[in-house]
Amino acid sequence: MNPNPFTRFVKKFSILFSRERFASELDEEMAFHREQVEKELVAEGMGPEAARFAAMRQFGNETKLIEQSHQEVTFRVETVVQDLRFALRQWRRNPGFALTAVLILALGMGVSVAIFGFVDAALLEPLPYANPDRLMSVNESNIEESRWPLSYLDYLDWQRLNKSFSSLDVYGSAGYLLRTPSGAEPVEGARVSAGFFQTLGVHPILGRDFNPGEDRLGGPNVVILSYGAWLHHFGAGRDAVGQTVDLDHEAYMIIGVLPRAFSFAPSGNAEFWVPVNSLSHHEQMRTFYNFWGIGRLRDGVTMKAALAEMAAIARQLQRQYGVTGRSLTASVVPLTEIIVGDVRPILLTLLGGAGLLLLIACVNVASLVLVRAESRRREIAVRCALGATRARLVRLFASEGLLFAGFGNLAGLIFAGVIMQFLGRLVPKDMASNMPFLGYVGLNAHTGAFAIAVGLLAAVLLAVTPMVRLSLQKVRDELASGGHGATGQLWRRLGANMAVAELAVAVVLLVGAGLLGQSVYRLLHVPLGFDPNHLATVRVMAPGTIYHSDEQTAGLYREILGRASSLPGVQSVGMASLLPVQCNCNTDAIQILGRPSHDEHNEVVERHVSTLYLPTLKANLVRGRLFTEAEDASRPGVTVINQSLARKYFRGEDPIGQRIADDEGGHPSEWEIVGVVEDVHEGPLDVDTWPAEYFPINQTRDHYFSLAVRTGQDAGMLLPVLVSTLHQIDPNLGVSDEQTMDEQIEGTQAALLHRFSAWLVGGFASMALVLGVVGLYGVIAYSVSQRTREIGVRIALGAQRSSVYKLVMRQAGWLTLAGLAIGLVCSVGAALAIRSLLFGVQAWDPVTLGCVAVLLGLASMAASFLPARRAALVNPTDALRAE
Amino acid sequence: MVAGMAKKPDLLPGTLDMMILKTLTRAPLHGYGIALSIKHLSDDVLTVEEGSLYPALQRLLLQGWVKAEWKMTETNRRARFYKLTAAGRKQLGFEVSQFEQMIAAIGRVLKDAQEA
Repeated sequence: MNPNPFTRFVKKFSILFSRERFASELDEEMAFHREQVEKELVAEGMGPEAARFAAMRQFGNETKLIEQSHQEVTFRVETVVQDLRFALRQWRRNPGFALTAVLILALGMGVSVAIFGFVDAALLEPLPYANPDRLMSVNESNIEESRWPLSYLDYLDWQRLNKSFSSLDVYGSAGYLLRTPSGAEPVEGARVSAGFFQTLGVHPILGRDFNPGEDRLGGPNVVILSYGAWLHHFGAGRDAVGQTVDLDHEAYMIIGVLPRAFSFAPSGNAEFWVPVNSLSHHEQMRTFYNFWGIGRLRDGVTMKAALAEMAAIARQLQRQYGVTGRSLTASVVPLTEIIVGDVRPILLTLLGGAGLLLLIACVNVASLVLVRAESRRREIAVRCALGATRARLVRLFASEGLLFAGFGNLAGLIFAGVIMQFLGRLVPKDMASNMPFLGYVGLNAHTGAFAIAVGLLAAVLLAVTPMVRLSLQKVRDELASGGHGATGQLWRRLGANMAVAELAVAVVLLVGAGLLGQSVYRLLHVPLGFDPNHLATVRVMAPGTIYHSDEQTAGLYREILGRASSLPGVQSVGMASLLPVQCNCNTDAIQILGRPSHDEHNEVVERHVSTLYLPTLKANLVRGRLFTEAEDASRPGVTVINQSLARKYFRGEDPIGQRIADDEGGHPSEWEIVGVVEDVHEGPLDVDTWPAEYFPINQTRDHYFSLAVRTGQDAGMLLPVLVSTLHQIDPNLGVSDEQTMDEQIEGTQAALLHRFSAWLVGGFASMALVLGVVGLYGVIAYSVSQRTREIGVRIALGAQRSSVYKLVMRQAGWLTLAGLAIGLVCSVGAALAIRSLLFGVQAWDPVTLGCVAVLLGLASMAASFLPARRAALVNPTDALRAE
Repeated sequence: MVAGMAKKPDLLPGTLDMMILKTLTRAPLHGYGIALSIKHLSDDVLTVEEGSLYPALQRLLLQGWVKAEWKMTETNRRARFYKLTAAGRKQLGFEVSQFEQMIAAIGRVLKDAQEA
């Protein structure tokens, strides 16, 4: 029955472009009507003048009539365009206001969109593998660590026995010395089972994947290159496949090249991927755990079911092979968890912080809009008097809010792009390789959608605020009142609530930043048990093919230690299998000789060190003695233990002279305790020190070791000399990771992640503080301006200036107190939510809470002092005359 | 007579469009003519307010139920004449039948109320 919407649209559209004509035609038509009525009235005997007025009265407001007719045929959009044009005109009249509002919004939106970009890339985007949700990290598990590596023999049995996984593979990291024309270069590699890439669903872009069976013992020396290695070492030549490379003095044939986008975070920067087809002496033992498993769940098998099956297999194998003291079971968790589990709490915290900042920005702009609505009261009242409906007024404000949000959003998007780039670059390269998702951070469909959602939310908030005000009062009363009285009161309450909200949010962010900052401080001041200053460190790899006899290795040690200690400024040089503050890895299961074994599991950190290593670190010897140079492979095994080990296993006994044994054959398996040192923090900063044992490197013979060089001068200056000295000793040595101990500690993941979050939340908090205090200032200043007359009267009646100060400051004080109280309660809740990021500090840390309260209190008082001063200086005669 | 003071029954809501269409069934009329004709046909009981007449006419134009044309009146004045379209005639039939059903229903209710 109705004409189709299209013709209606066309009609409306044509009217849109002939509005003048539309109005003039209506005008003419109605003038005709009016004349006819006039004639009619005259015919009824009315005087011509009286008839004209009567006809006009009957017609009413003609403009309004045209307007009403027009509304019938017009697009809703048209008035919106009108409103937008009006809003823009308002901006031009008051560019400072518009610019401030847009900038504040852009700040809030930019920060939250940028942080969301990271959250999206890390937590929402699936991993870049085939069906990544079916990929599990499959490992053993014991009491100390919920995720414990697999031994190779266990892996083979797990693979054979399980029914939950369509494929089960392992990977382990490896370091190689790559022979290049300019000498040996240490490179990172990974050893994987043959099906590894297939399980991930990754295919080489060049050449082929490993063939099944290439990972059988005695299999061929083949290698698959990462894209980076192909580019850097082979110039991305297509003929690279089929060539051979020299890794650790063995020839490997290149069979494939991995895609550019491929990354596998748990293997870090691995560039050379080889199949596991030769096992070290240790690796042939069932209790040497150094491979990590991944598996692809069969269709229909749940993670829980897989875990139950694997746990049963683990227990069965443990019984079958008489593995004691481990109480091993299995762990099956999504691979995603392994890759992004560490950064999830940090990213969520940052997102929360950014959200709060956005909230405060929106509230701030909303209250700006409100203040302006206040100053436009007369305009609004006049609009009402001229017949603007409530709906029309609401639309007017809504379109202004929309405009703010729109511009803020646009600026925010640009800002977000900049922040994302900047933050991405802040992540050090070493760490970035553990965060493959960083490559996907940027402006894309997801972040765009998020930005639009945020913008719409802000627009709604900005549009609703003035509407609330409109509904709170009868606008029409305003013309008469001249803008004073009850309405000011009402606005003050709303504005005051907003200021309280802003202050509370600022408190939450400040407390968060304070706690995170304290965590960083505590983390970097964890007792290390050694002096990290003036220590230069470097990693050395000695090719086993050259240094295969004990004498050759011992000779190399002597040469390195001798040459390094004679360098200018060097005080002493030590050598260790692994430097402190790295990881609680390379562990050893020990037994105390002469004590009945209760099947308990005694896992301790094991380090092989040179005679002068502990003195070089300035570790404190508590009892007994350190090693001597004479204690080499020909002498009985000796060990120095740390205090944690002494406390744990020799409570109330003297450990000196006791003997411990380990279950890894090959080397002397009995060690006599000759000394006890204070705990040296071997593991990451945020993990408690484990019991540790130190063996003389002369009795263990490591080919991978690190040097620690104590110097009287700047350790950084020594590094290049140290590296070149090592190359002079033997160009075949792989030398890497040269850095000072301080750099190394600051560069650990724990320190970096904590610092990163502390700085960012600190940044959010300072912006929030500024916005909150500015908000408070606005409220107080406005209320003072509204009360000028009242204050004038008070002063005229004899009130002291000081009491006027008190009057204003009391109001500000209440607002601040309310904001503080709400904020402190909320911040304890927020701090509990980010508990996992806190280190050495409680969520309700009184010092932090107190400092924040004082800081905010001072800032608020400063902000309200200015308006208070203005109030106190009010000249009563001026104030009264101004009315 | 003072316009606006006299108390006149309001039009039933929703019936204005129908009555405008009805007045146009005989011949095209201008706005004043429509108002006049409704007034006469109802024996001065119904008055169409100008404030509702012109918006209603725009609505009908937009729906395509009437067409407008500028023509000369008998007194040689330019006026916009509205003419019923085929779609308008159809719509009128529809609205009248709707209205009659409604009136009949109301009548039944009232009758029942009187008898009770």
